[in-house]
Amino acid sequence: MAAITLKSVKKNYGKTPVIHGVNVEIEAGEFIVILGPSGCGKSTLLRMIAGLEEVTAGEIHIGDRLVNQVEPRDRGCAMVFQNYALYPHMTVAQNIGYSLKVAGVPRAQRDERVRAVAKSVGLEDYLDRRPGQLSGGQRQRVAMARAMVREPKVFLFDEPFSNLDAKLRVAMRAEVRRLHRDLGVTSVFVTHDQTEAMTLADRLIIMNAGRVEQIGKPSEVYNRPASRFVADFIGSPAMNLIEGMFDEQGHFVYGRGGRLAAEPLNGQRRPGRKLVLGVRPEAVRRTNEQKPGAIPALVEYIEELGAARLIHADASGTRIVAVETENVDIPSGAPVHLEFNDDALHVFSAEDGRRIDAHA
Amino acid sequence: MERRAYYRNRLLPWLLIAPQLILIFVFFYWPASQALYWAFTLEQAWGGGNVWVGFDNFRQVFGDARYWNTVMRSGLYALAATGISMTLALVLALFVDRSLRGTKIFQDVYIWPYAIAAPAAGVAFRFIFSPEAGLVGTLNGMWPGIWNPATNGAHALLMVIVCHAWLGIGYNFIFFLAALQMIPRSMFEAGAMDGAGPARRMIDLQLPLIAPTTFFLLIMNIISSFTDSFGLIDVMTEGGPVGSTEVMVYKIYFDGFRGLDYSGAAAQSIVLMLLVMALTFVQFKWIERRIHYA
Ligand SMILES: Nc1ncnc2c1ncn2[C@@H]1O[C@H](COP(=O)(O)OP(=O)(O)O)[C@@H](O)[C@H]1O
Ligand SMILES: [Mg+2]
Repeated sequence: MAAITLKSVKKNYGKTPVIHGVNVEIEAGEFIVILGPSGCGKSTLLRMIAGLEEVTAGEIHIGDRLVNQVEPRDRGCAMVFQNYALYPHMTVAQNIGYSLKVAGVPRAQRDERVRAVAKSVGLEDYLDRRPGQLSGGQRQRVAMARAMVREPKVFLFDEPFSNLDAKLRVAMRAEVRRLHRDLGVTSVFVTHDQTEAMTLADRLIIMNAGRVEQIGKPSEVYNRPASRFVADFIGSPAMNLIEGMFDEQGHFVYGRGGRLAAEPLNGQRRPGRKLVLGVRPEAVRRTNEQKPGAIPALVEYIEELGAARLIHADASGTRIVAVETENVDIPSGAPVHLEFNDDALHVFSAEDGRRIDAHA
Repeated sequence: MERRAYYRNRLLPWLLIAPQLILIFVFFYWPASQALYWAFTLEQAWGGGNVWVGFDNFRQVFGDARYWNTVMRSGLYALAATGISMTLALVLALFVDRSLRGTKIFQDVYIWPYAIAAPAAGVAFRFIFSPEAGLVGTLNGMWPGIWNPATNGAHALLMVIVCHAWLGIGYNFIFFLAALQMIPRSMFEAGAMDGAGPARRMIDLQLPLIAPTTFFLLIMNIISSFTDSFGLIDVMTEGGPVGSTEVMVYKIYFDGFRGLDYSGAAAQSIVLMLLVMALTFVQFKWIERRIHYA
C-alpha cells in the first residue's frame, strides 16, 4: 500500500489556480524529490500534504486514511522548513523537545530522546545554546532533529538547504541520505536544484506551472525526458532543442535550411509536422570531415569548464552546444561538423511539448 | 576626505539652532530649574524673598499621610489603567493578527483614539459616564443610584481609569500588532506541526516573542499614567469627589496653583520627575540586555 496518495489534487489561491490536478502514489520508505522552477507550486503541494494549506479539490491519503480534513499534528508528518523556523527564545534542547512537551511526554523520557536525536545529528554539545548562537549548518541540524524526534511516518522537506553555502549543502545532502537509509522513513523533499534532486531521489516528480511533467527515477528522467520542459530543465549544460520538421526523404529540416538524416519515422513523425529534436551536448561529437549525418556549423565561442569545454556553434541559424573533451583550441568563426549519436535523439511535439517515441 | 560644511558667518549656525534651543530652554530647563529652586527654598511669610531650607520641603511632603494616599492611588491608577489598556490592546491585536493579516483599515481605526487630546476625550467620557444622561447612566434608570461618579469616589476613579485605558489602547494595539506581525508565519506552522493548538502557540511562541514590546509598552504606559492623567482628571473630576481621584500629578497642580504652596508642589514635582527618569532609565538599560533574542 502506498504511504502517500494524491488524487487529482487541486489548489486555488482565491480564483487563481496554482495546482491543476496532481496524481501521485508514493511508496512507503521511498525518498521522493519534487523538482521544478521557483513558483511552480512545489511548496504548495508539500504544504497540502502537511496540512498547512487547504486542498481545493481532490484527495490526499496518508497510509489508508483520507486526511483532507485532518489537522497537521494528527497526520504523522514532520517538516523541515526553508528558513528553519526555529523558536528563537528556546534552547536547542527545548526546540527539539517542544513537540514531545506538547504531547505530554514525561520530562525524563523527553530529555533522553532529545539527547539521542541530538547525538545522531552531532548536536550533543550545543543543547543549551539558543538558535541565535549557532551557525547556519547547526541550525539546519536542529531543524532536522526537531523533525526526527517525533518519529514521524513521513518527513517533509521544503528546500531545506537553500540558505547554506555550496560545500555545506553537499555535506548535508549526504547526511540526509544517511538518515534516510538508517531510519527508512518515507520522505518528500522539495528543491529547485537539479543536482540535489538527482543525487537524493529514489524517484523524482518534475513540476512545471502547477502540473506534473514527469515522475520517474533520476536516470529515467535524464535518459527519457517525457516532455520538452523536462528535457530543457534536467541536465547541465542544457539539452540542445532544435525546432523543425521531417521532409519526405526522412531528413530533419531546421533553421535556415539545415538538414539532418535521422531515425526511421513513425506516424507521429510524419513529414510536415512541427517537431522539436533534442540532443544532449554530451551526445554531440565534433568531426573535421564532412560525413553523411554530420551537420556543418560555425563556432561562435568556446566556454572553458576545466575538465572539458563547451563549443557553442551556429548551425544554419540554430544554436548548438557540444561538449569537447579534447584540449583543443578552436578560433571563433571556424567551420566544424557536428555529429549526433542516433540513439541519443529525443523528439518532442512542437505543439504540446510531449515526447514522441520512434516505436510508439 | 573631510566632509564638513563651514559657515563664514559665525552667527548663522547659532541662529539656525536658536528656535530649538529656545524651546528646550523655555519649556524644560527654565521650569526645571525653577522647580529645583522652589523645592529647596521657602517663601517667607511676611515678605523678604526665599530662604534656603535644604530638604525641609521634602521632609514635609513625605511626612504627610495625604501625600502617601496620593502615591498609593497613583500606583493603583497606573496598574489598573496600564493593565486594562494593554490587555485589551493585546487581545485585539491577537485577533487582528490572526484573521485580518494584511488589512490596513482596522489598524487605522484602532490608532485614532490616540490622536484625541486627553481633555477632549475626558469631555466625551463625562457624557458617556454621566449618571443622568450618559450611556452608563441608563443603569441608573434600571437600578437608581447604582452609578454616580459625582459623589462616589470609587466610581469616579474607575471612570477616569477606564477613560485613560481607552485612550491608550490604540497606541498599545499598534505596537502589539507590529510585534506580532514580525513573527514569521513559518514559526507558527512549525508549532502546528509540533502539535500545538492556537492557544498553546500563543502562550509558548507569540507571547514570549513579543516580550520586548510588552516591556516597552509597560514602561510607556506607566509613565503616561503618571503624567498624561492630568488633563483627563482636570476635565472629568478635578481630583474629586473629596480627593478620591487625586493622583500625584494632580496634587502638584492643586497644591501649587490652588493652595499656592509653591515649595511643596515643587518638591513633589521633583519626586515625580525622578520617578519618570528612573523608569526611562530602566527602559533603556533593561530592554536591550534582558529581553532580547538574537
Ligand atoms: N498564500 C498565497 N497566496 C496567493 N498565492 C500564493 C500563495 N502562496 C503561493 N502562491 C502562489 O502560488 C504559486 C506557487 O507557489 P509555491 O508553491 O510557493 O511555489 P514554489 O515552492 O514551487 O516556488 C506561486 O505563483 C505563488 O505566487
Ligand atoms: Mg517554495
